[in-house]
Amino acid sequence: MLEVEGIHVYYGAIPALHGISLRVGRGEIVTLLGNNGAGKTTTLKSISGLLRPHEGQIRFEGMRIDRLPPHRIVAAGVAHAPEGRRIFNRLTVLENLEMGAYARTDDSFAENLERVFTLFPRLKERRRQVAGTLSGGEQQMLAIGRALMAHPRLLLLDEPSMGLAPLLVDQIFDTIRDINSQGTTVLLVEQNAYMALSIAHRGYVLETGRIVLEGKAQDLIVNEEVRKAYLGM
Amino acid sequence: MDILIAIFPQVLVDGIALGFMYALIALGYTMVYGVLTFINFAHSEIFVAGAFVGVEVLLTLQAWGLLQDLHPVLLLLLVLLAGMTMSGVLALAVERVAYRPLRAAPRLVPLISAIGVSFFLQDVIRFGESLWRNAFYLTYPSIPFFDQRIQLTAFVDVPLKSLVVIVAAILMLVGLNLLVHRTKIGTAIRAVAEDQATASLMGIDVDRMIALTFLIGGAMGGAAGVLFGIQYSLITPYTGFIPGIKAFTAAVLGGIGNIPGAMVGGVVLGLLEAFAASYLSLLTGGAFGAEYKDIFAFSILILILVFRPQGLLGEVVRERA
Ligand SMILES: Nc1ncnc2c1ncn2[C@@H]1O[C@H](COP(=O)(O)OP(=O)(O)OP(=O)(O)O)[C@@H](O)[C@H]1O
Ligand SMILES: [Mg+2]
Repeated sequence: MLEVEGIHVYYGAIPALHGISLRVGRGEIVTLLGNNGAGKTTTLKSISGLLRPHEGQIRFEGMRIDRLPPHRIVAAGVAHAPEGRRIFNRLTVLENLEMGAYARTDDSFAENLERVFTLFPRLKERRRQVAGTLSGGEQQMLAIGRALMAHPRLLLLDEPSMGLAPLLVDQIFDTIRDINSQGTTVLLVEQNAYMALSIAHRGYVLETGRIVLEGKAQDLIVNEEVRKAYLGM
Repeated sequence: MDILIAIFPQVLVDGIALGFMYALIALGYTMVYGVLTFINFAHSEIFVAGAFVGVEVLLTLQAWGLLQDLHPVLLLLLVLLAGMTMSGVLALAVERVAYRPLRAAPRLVPLISAIGVSFFLQDVIRFGESLWRNAFYLTYPSIPFFDQRIQLTAFVDVPLKSLVVIVAAILMLVGLNLLVHRTKIGTAIRAVAEDQATASLMGIDVDRMIALTFLIGGAMGGAAGVLFGIQYSLITPYTGFIPGIKAFTAAVLGGIGNIPGAMVGGVVLGLLEAFAASYLSLLTGGAFGAEYKDIFAFSILILILVFRPQGLLGEVVRERA
């Protein structure tokens, strides 16, 4: 479904990715692991069109998307919940969710909204509240809920569990598994490597802009290096 | 003393009409600023372009002998629509040609471009009208219906056109507010104003929303231009400068980037100016006259910038990451 082939990405003159290649198959959950600064966020931004690779190709369902602007990539069926929430502080909760569904032209809005509200009843209670006044955890729920509103075929999640209480973290991972089983393919970046590997089918390990390891999640979770470096064992 | 009271309703109506005109112009500044944190200095000429299209339509209808025959409301709608279309499209073109290519440049660069566009448009209008009519000072033909005077009290009457200006401006402001706060497109514009990158991840075409902002702001400016012509008659290619700066003051007064703020700022400024113009010389025994009214607008601009830069309704502007 998604093929990233040898992309090189620069910030100005500074290289961040040195030829990353990865594939995500339809129906999979794939996780991207790596230390701070490894290039995980950069990879997701390149896929969603916020950054343009200097070299290499990105294809989604066979179509090249690495030259498209972000809104066209969204329209093609890829949604990206960016790192650090990035909710619209001055819009209400409901308006944020509406923006999440902006690219959807069908009448799935009510259904998706219901799904998000079932998942996060907190958001339903506070739907008229201005988003900037939500607590940090509530804002994180909103960020994820907003991405779910797009009901994409491919969902890019950048650290969705950041700043959430453990109970909610479990809930978020259950949700990711749920929406995946309902047909959404997921590319997941997570600090919480153990959780990520426990729901993922496959994983890639990134180090300073290069992929150093890839494999099935169940193999990675028992891999010596991975255990030392990312699982703290 | 009696005279002070006697002219009060008249001055009030004048001030409100002027204020709503400022408010309409201020919207162009404030919406563009809200989305791009950029001051579109050419907006005053976009306003003037609307006024000129309005006068051309009216003069043409007059030449055809249709001015008396058309229903006044229809006439007003026609002129407004013409002015709004012209100014909206012009704003769109200016954005496309003079600002969009500079969007990644340092802030000063598009600002200088805007000042250049401003002079350019003044001269284009002057050139075009000189060629076409041999004159670039034009007056709106009087429309008898709008010149009727309405009796407000036993002693006070005001021209109908002042009321028309007020009503038309209010309707447009209400419409704009609904558009921006109650529709999906409006919400998308506000999302773009807050965070362009994230807005694009929602599937919003950021360039299009920016263009739309210019279109709407320009159209409001064009409407203001037509209303200005109807109210004050005389227009020149340089007419935009002072109302432009005052509308900008109104936008800053209300809190730049803030749509209701522009309306409040406009009306406050219009009232202040109208009262200064009529009462200053009466109150000072002629020592100061109406010619000092402009001092008020600019003193307010300076005071606001010093003491409450976020404006009356504004929030403290946060720098975007
Ligand atoms: N806007 C930027 N300008 C310059 N360099 C950047 C920029 N954004 C990221 N980088 C650099 O690119 C590299 C990869 O950053 P990236 O954000 O992709 O890391 P990450 O794997 O997501 O890290 P984290 O786990 O901390 O989120 C880092 O060295 C970072 O300093
Ligand atoms: Mg990151």
